[in-house]
Amino acid sequence: MTRSTLLIALLAAGATASLQAQNPDQNRAQDAIRIGITYRPGTRPGLVVVPGPGLDSVRAIIQRDLDYSDQFQMIVVPMAGTGGQINYALYRNQFGADHAVELIGAPGGVQVRLHDLAAGKVRNQQTFALPGESAAGFRLAVHRISDEIVRWAASADGYAASRLLFLSDGRIWRIDSDGAALTPVTPAGDHALSNAWAPDGHRIAYTRFSEGRGAIVVEDLLTGSRTTVAGTDRDLNFSPAFSPDGRTLAYARAEESGATNIFTSNVASNCCAQRLTVKGFSDNLSPTYSPDGRRLAFVSTRSGPPQIYVMSVDGTDQELLAPFDYGATGPSFAPEWSPDGANVVFHREVSRSPQIFIFDVASGRVKQLTSVGRNEDATWAPDSRHIAFISDRTGRRQVWIVDTETGRVRQLNTPGSARLPSWSPRLGGAGDANP
Amino acid sequence: MKRISGVFALMAATALAAACGGAPAPEQPAPVTSTVDSAAIRARQRQDSIDEANRRRAEEEARRAAAERDASAAATALRNDMTAMIHFDYNVADIRSQDQAALDRKAAIMQANTAMRIRISGHADERGSDEYNLALGNRRAAAAKRYLMNRGVDGSRIDVISYGEERPIAMGGTEDAYAQNRRDEFEMTAGGDSLVAPQ
Repeated sequence: MTRSTLLIALLAAGATASLQAQNPDQNRAQDAIRIGITYRPGTRPGLVVVPGPGLDSVRAIIQRDLDYSDQFQMIVVPMAGTGGQINYALYRNQFGADHAVELIGAPGGVQVRLHDLAAGKVRNQQTFALPGESAAGFRLAVHRISDEIVRWAASADGYAASRLLFLSDGRIWRIDSDGAALTPVTPAGDHALSNAWAPDGHRIAYTRFSEGRGAIVVEDLLTGSRTTVAGTDRDLNFSPAFSPDGRTLAYARAEESGATNIFTSNVASNCCAQRLTVKGFSDNLSPTYSPDGRRLAFVSTRSGPPQIYVMSVDGTDQELLAPFDYGATGPSFAPEWSPDGANVVFHREVSRSPQIFIFDVASGRVKQLTSVGRNEDATWAPDSRHIAFISDRTGRRQVWIVDTETGRVRQLNTPGSARLPSWSPRLGGAGDANP
Repeated sequence: MKRISGVFALMAATALAAACGGAPAPEQPAPVTSTVDSAAIRARQRQDSIDEANRRRAEEEARRAAAERDASAAATALRNDMTAMIHFDYNVADIRSQDQAALDRKAAIMQANTAMRIRISGHADERGSDEYNLALGNRRAAAAKRYLMNRGVDGSRIDVISYGEERPIAMGGTEDAYAQNRRDEFEMTAGGDSLVAPQ
């Protein structure tokens, strides 16, 4: 099967229009969503990673990263005629490749050449420093090379140099975007819950749950220091989200009164919890910042079942974000704004099973992304194209990644029963705090 | 009492037999006569008083044990009433009518035991998001607290916490398991040692 050419097109045409219809007995917002499969061959350029001597780990990681970018039709060529000039005609005519990536060992690193096979020339070349293979920063350094190749060949931002946090058995774990380097983050014995990355990529926030209460802790992955966020040391505080400038943390607090409301604290000066939603009879939780830092999408029960709302960061202008049919549309949860600001992903119950949906901010339309098994708690990759989520489609709850453009899915090997994944921003350059 | 008189009769009969050498007399009040050896009589009387004391002591102990059992059973019943769980329908925090009597009972026991403090923990089934269920559990715990306050219990005696879906008591994705997991648990955190029954 050419999985690469399999395109799951999600047609949400008319979702908004159908909302205006009058018959309340029908689930109109969801009727308007159709899941179709379209074959669209040949839309992605073919890419060869040229076989060669040495650099096995680097070549394997880059080959996999480029595959996972879903930007290319990956072509595997036999290990023949290596060394010397790239045979452009052979790669182009016999294997149908558009690009060839050549890796050449260099002192303290690797030289990378991107060959444009149609033009018959080297399009980009650069020598990258690499730490030794056993050094802590090796894999991330290779992932950054992959992202650079994606930029050269596809004029797009990759996501290889990123990591995910997720929860398993009460512990937060960290894993590379390609599923390697699984590492525990929080201590065994602690019961951690919801988690979030700071935009700097080296701080995280999470709920430290204890006996029905929970404080939000900001941990610096570089130094290991942990700070309790001001105002969260009583009651139960959860679903943290950093503002795009990293100075403010929005979160939900379940209060003694029974209501849950959204607060912000200044994490730069660690003070001053402020309430954004009104104390009252509804629950408000799971805030997520728009990338311009001006708005917060969140879950609210103000109209009954939980649905996705939006407000200004000062708490004003609260209104519905993702349309739903009262009494028909299932409850909706866990919104996350895409890094490019164009979409908000969330999960919504369909026939009592959660499925991933995407709200298109410009059009106001909602489309359904998954339909097999229980799929929930989605988080955007830094490329605003891939989404990680929890699925039990193969039995155990694990982290899956879907390309929203092709529908291609893959699974990360995660221990136990995985929950609440959170995708990092791109992890920066030399001296990065994420070894 | 019967056993004691039997012993008397037997001893009397033995005495008679020894005196007359004939067959044992039919049951009748045995004349305690001077023909019986007086030392034996004294020994017998002494034994009788010991037996009587033992009997009284045993009876007293049985009575006390029974009273303790009753008190313990009553205390256990009160504790069970205080810690009995209540349950909720899917995705709501409304107290169900069938749970009102259980909450009324808790309120009455708290009124009769003013030193008692409790902690109510709300729980949810695994549907909905993990984070939403923390809010839902909190709402369920607070609903029970509000009910108890409406029955006159001082709210400062009641803490509410939420476990969301973190502590299921029934595993599996069945409706039955879900129904068991949608619950409030009640824990006495002070003043639960010697409970007084409500009037």
